[in-house]
Amino acid sequence: MASLGELERAVMDLLWAGHEAATANTLRDLLARSTAAQGGAAGHEGKDLAVTTVLTVLSRLEKKGLVERERGTRPHRYQAVSSREDHTAELMHEVLGSAPDREAVLARFIGSVTESEAETLRKLLGHS
Amino acid sequence: MFWTSYFLAVLAIVLAWPVPILLSRARWPARDPFTAMVLWQAIGLAGGLSMIGAMLVYGLEPVGDNLLAGLCALAGMVLFAAPTTALGFWHLFALSAAALLTAHLVFTLLLTYYKIERQRRRHRELLALLASPSDDGPGTVVINHDSPVAYCLPGGARSVTVLSDGLMAALEPAELRAVLIHENAHLTQRHHLLLWAFAAWRQALPWLPTTRLAQEAVNSLIEMLADDVALKTESKATLIKAIAIVASGSAAPQGAAVVEAAGLAGASLQLPDGAGGAGPASTTATRVSRLLSPRPPLAGGLRAAVLAVCALLLAMPTALLIVPGLLG
Repeated sequence: MASLGELERAVMDLLWAGHEAATANTLRDLLARSTAAQGGAAGHEGKDLAVTTVLTVLSRLEKKGLVERERGTRPHRYQAVSSREDHTAELMHEVLGSAPDREAVLARFIGSVTESEAETLRKLLGHS
Repeated sequence: MFWTSYFLAVLAIVLAWPVPILLSRARWPARDPFTAMVLWQAIGLAGGLSMIGAMLVYGLEPVGDNLLAGLCALAGMVLFAAPTTALGFWHLFALSAAALLTAHLVFTLLLTYYKIERQRRRHRELLALLASPSDDGPGTVVINHDSPVAYCLPGGARSVTVLSDGLMAALEPAELRAVLIHENAHLTQRHHLLLWAFAAWRQALPWLPTTRLAQEAVNSLIEMLADDVALKTESKATLIKAIAIVASGSAAPQGAAVVEAAGLAGASLQLPDGAGGAGPASTTATRVSRLLSPRPPLAGGLRAAVLAVCALLLAMPTALLIVPGLLG
């Protein structure tokens, strides 16, 4: 049985690739098919994946603000809140931006550089 | 014990104003970042201790010959409703201020920890979904992004070093190794604890020049310490090239963000510049110039002297607060 973390990743990959809302049942089938495609024992385990497990994963992702449920439909259909690219951009904004806490949250190899410093460094590279 | 409170007050003011300004302009910290780091910590701790101590000693002056006796008398007033007539308005004011400042510092420290941890957890959650494991080791992941970016996200056993596709493409294997060693040094030397403490110190007393100067100095010193670790296994030229490639690559595509950051930094740097001189250089510039034209580390004697000053800074307020009680 894959860990919840791996399942979360697999579910997000499906939602990001699919571009449209999907029910837990559809997602379970897709997950089972993709693990079966990888073949061997993993395929067998994929078939055992319960819909309740997928729902657990979805509710965890919902709590993290990564997926949302369509209101009014039953069974619920789930979709990604924003695209993979948007989330990457969000992360990079956190890393490269100038939020006051940033320096305490993570340590960057290179902090903020001004354009003139970058120019000097480019010249340095050219001469070395 | 009256003179004790004056002495502590003077110490607090000296450590809050002239000392950090002088130290932030000094050039020797680049030669010995470790010693400079210890000194900044001593200044912060001794400064806070003497600030609180001065008010406490002053406020307790009428009820006890020393701090311990004073605290016992104060406990009597609070717990057993003993008469408080001995304390005048200013004494009560100083005691309340000492209590509030202590609570404020502790609370800010905890709040900052909570805020930092929350941001890191969110960041780790997204990384778990977006980044893919790298060949460079278990704690290293790669994220799909074009600018050359490398950073580490501390978190105990879940600490992770993140590299971007753009970085992997731009660097030679040796340069990449230098970057990884540098980031790993941050994690193994627990630099995030220093960053946390100094971020909280600044958050708690943002109007005090020492807190901003200390945080900026610490941010830059940890980079030098990590560079020094990378230099043990990789050549100086490799490290300089890695820094130059990442820095020149990360400035260009950001555009507005960098202009904005530079504008803000420029605005805040105008104050210390007033006295003349070129002003403090950015961390990256300092790092490169220190690698290009290295100066010898501090002589053993000088280093020992600075460390002795650190010990003295911490011992003095502590001794002034505690020793009279033990002697009397």
